[in-house]
Amino acid sequence: MSGTTLLKETGPREVFCGLTSIVWLHRRMPDAFFLVVGSRTCAHLIQSAAGVMIFAEPRFGTAILEERDLAGLADAHEELDRVVKNLLKRRPEIRTLFLVGSCPSEVIKIDLARAAERLTAQFNGQVTILNYSGSGIETTFTQGEDGALKALIPLMPSSKEDKLLLAGTLANPVEDRLKTIFNRLGIKNIDSFPPRQSTELPSIGPGTKVLLAQPYLTDTARELKDRGCEILQAPFPLGVEGSKLWIEAAANAFNIKKELVSSTLEPLILRAQKALKPYIEQLSGKKLFLLPESQLEIPLARFLSNECGMELVEVGIPYLNREMMRTELELLPEKTRIIEGQHVEKQLDRVRESNPDLVVCGMGLANPLEAEGISTKWSIEMVFSPIHGIDQASDLAELFARPLHRHNLLSHKELETA
Amino acid sequence: MELTLWTYEGPPHIGAMRIATSMKGLHYVLHAPQGDTYADLLFTMIERRGARPPVTYTTFQARDLGGDTAELVKGHISEAVERFKPEALLVGESCTAELIQDQPGSLAKGMGLNLPIISLELPAYSKKENWGAAETFYQLVRGLLKDIAEEDPSQPKTSWKEEGRRPRVNLLGPSLLGFRCRDDVLEIQKILGENGIDINVIAPLGAAPSDLIRLPKADANVCLYPEIAESTCIWLERNFKTPFTTTVPIGVKATQDFLEELCSLLDLEVSNLINKAEQSKLPWYSKSVDSNYLTGKRVFIFGDGTHVIAAARIANEELGFEVVGMGTYSREMARKVRTAAKELGLEALITNDYLEVEEAMKDSAPELVLGTQMERHSAKRLGIPCAVISTPMHVQDVPARYSPQMGWEGANVIFDDWVHPLMMGLEEHLIGMFRHDFEFKDGHQSHLGHLGGHTNQSAETSREINKDAINQTSSKEALLWTPEGESELSKIPFFVRGKVRRNTEKYAIQVGCKEIDGETLLDAKAHFSK
Repeated sequence: MSGTTLLKETGPREVFCGLTSIVWLHRRMPDAFFLVVGSRTCAHLIQSAAGVMIFAEPRFGTAILEERDLAGLADAHEELDRVVKNLLKRRPEIRTLFLVGSCPSEVIKIDLARAAERLTAQFNGQVTILNYSGSGIETTFTQGEDGALKALIPLMPSSKEDKLLLAGTLANPVEDRLKTIFNRLGIKNIDSFPPRQSTELPSIGPGTKVLLAQPYLTDTARELKDRGCEILQAPFPLGVEGSKLWIEAAANAFNIKKELVSSTLEPLILRAQKALKPYIEQLSGKKLFLLPESQLEIPLARFLSNECGMELVEVGIPYLNREMMRTELELLPEKTRIIEGQHVEKQLDRVRESNPDLVVCGMGLANPLEAEGISTKWSIEMVFSPIHGIDQASDLAELFARPLHRHNLLSHKELETA
Repeated sequence: MELTLWTYEGPPHIGAMRIATSMKGLHYVLHAPQGDTYADLLFTMIERRGARPPVTYTTFQARDLGGDTAELVKGHISEAVERFKPEALLVGESCTAELIQDQPGSLAKGMGLNLPIISLELPAYSKKENWGAAETFYQLVRGLLKDIAEEDPSQPKTSWKEEGRRPRVNLLGPSLLGFRCRDDVLEIQKILGENGIDINVIAPLGAAPSDLIRLPKADANVCLYPEIAESTCIWLERNFKTPFTTTVPIGVKATQDFLEELCSLLDLEVSNLINKAEQSKLPWYSKSVDSNYLTGKRVFIFGDGTHVIAAARIANEELGFEVVGMGTYSREMARKVRTAAKELGLEALITNDYLEVEEAMKDSAPELVLGTQMERHSAKRLGIPCAVISTPMHVQDVPARYSPQMGWEGANVIFDDWVHPLMMGLEEHLIGMFRHDFEFKDGHQSHLGHLGGHTNQSAETSREINKDAINQTSSKEALLWTPEGESELSKIPFFVRGKVRRNTEKYAIQVGCKEIDGETLLDAKAHFSK
């Protein structure tokens, strides 16, 4: 870790808040509903980030606070009970309801934990009502998932059986593929968290070994540890190198013979490296600047530099959890510049000065940078795309090669754009 | 507390951002937590803007709340002024900051900065986006002009005739994230030019604060979008005696009325240009024989106030449609929409709940829906063709080509946009003739029919509607359709079949008939056609 340069920056930030993770969480658990207790801004944020008009009735919504809720005329708790009852009456298929705290609900201190307890008792086991905060004054983007998972942990049954738990939302096909690989290694008892149905929570306990599939699960990891689980130290399963070390960490924990591990992974690695080759040609030597957003920035930087030969100008991250990132930081090249936090104006000044070939950034910043002639990649795409595992390494590289390829395609006969 | 799954309008500070981003030389310091920065993507993604909105978010965090958030706000203000060097500064707060009451506007004014500072108070828990835009525009104009207004309360206006120049007007209201504003402005500018009228200032779109100072130099104000500009127009009239137009020039007749109104405000002779039929192709296209099939098409209209009122008039007076339902999500425009609906013998639906709109749509069994992107989705589920006429904006509502809604060209665009999702006249006739041939697929629509939903979906939906109808009646007593009755029903065009089934069942219940055959169907048709 001593090899990297860690700096902190404060100022105006340009990142999503934790509410945004509802966008993928509701897809992962189709029997759950996410009810934000917040303002019209919260409702507008989620619908803008998710493009929700495609849903007839989405599995998320906002209980919008109104003037009278703030003035104390209406007891906010009574109002919330009314809204929840109406919702559950209309949507009887809901098994788990998450009450999601927001900036305004945190500031006026609506006690959602108490509300969840009270409502769970009222619904008498038919629906489980939980709460967590996705507020932007406490969480960024992917931290919302951390909160939701943490809220589920108390409901997970205890068991002492030996098992592997994959924590963090993965795309379904990727999850299946990773399980197949673990099966080949002889690890048969594998669960995923979050599960595909909110009611099918895996059991956990002292025999549970946890592999974190996502790098933003600080609180979840701590709670799992408190329940006796062992958190395996590994980089995250992005790229060939990260995925290999990640799988090997589980293999070691389950005392799988080294020969079996290498004979299982070796062909996959060779195939993945072959598939990566054309992208390495496109990415190698290109300058990369990552702006903070998804918390996936460090593992992505490690993959793009170590395996694809990209030059890291700056790696921005919303916050740094040193313990969780330890192995990742060790793998990064010497003197990699890592900036925790953000001053978006100064950071954009540095982007312009360093003239990178590719910038990974949020949706609000992409077109303005493109208009300045800088190719961009949306960081939100990383949380929607199946990118984890050895087999997905070339797909992951392709996501970054595409904007560069497109830039080359279009630059031959370019019109002057405003 | 109100359960909202989706909302037509954002919070009021989004309206303020629309004004700030539409203009040049203006900067907006918004006291707001980091999540509120999502709003940038509305402009950079939906409008594909190549520049960031001129907004500095203070992005305060929970740990700041224990300390001095006022200092944090001041720091961001001086940094923004230093960096962006705006001509004027808007200072306001979003929903969360409103709760912590830092009064950023007062803080900014106390900093001794050498530029006009407009403090915005936009109540986030009771108002919405369009109101916020209107209030921001009004506060900005008032803030920049009030000294001039006070100095000079009753100076008589010299007329353009006395000054020996052409009359000039301001175009007020066009903004980013407004429906087709970019092109409407060009079209209106062109039409006014042809009629001997010059443009003084267009605002907020493209204007700088220094341009707003020139607003009083206009002989009249054109209120293009009342949602955004009406309060400003009223203030300018009160303080500078500048009259303003109340007709929105969407549709051929409204464009004519608008020009007549403006000419009368300006004391300018109405040019004979405005009655020339060839100005717009809509009147002739509507008269041409192919358009016979448009007669009495049932239309359901929902959107913002301005576009709904205009659409109802065009549908009714220029295309010969029958408006069977209309409404708006703009509470501020509710009264005007109610009045317009009443004139058509309808009761307007005023709601922000898209599911309620979908229900009303279903109940009125329209053949065409004119709505927002949300109604497009609802109509798709119901298998009804739809054209989008209003915000909220979607990336598809910012087309690359020139496509205004206002003026003569706007009327052309409207004719195409509304009529293409429907089956063409000749096509419909042929389908009627050949629909029993084996090649024919039920639910076939024109080559553009996919805009309004496709075959399987519409078939499914009509089945769904049938189910609904059965559920509704079964509580009373079971009605039986004979095979012959079903076969007659299947000959009814798919898009009205659901309604015919419902009406027939309603009739059967009324007359106490339990079995529905072909005769019952014809009886019902006669009963309801009176």
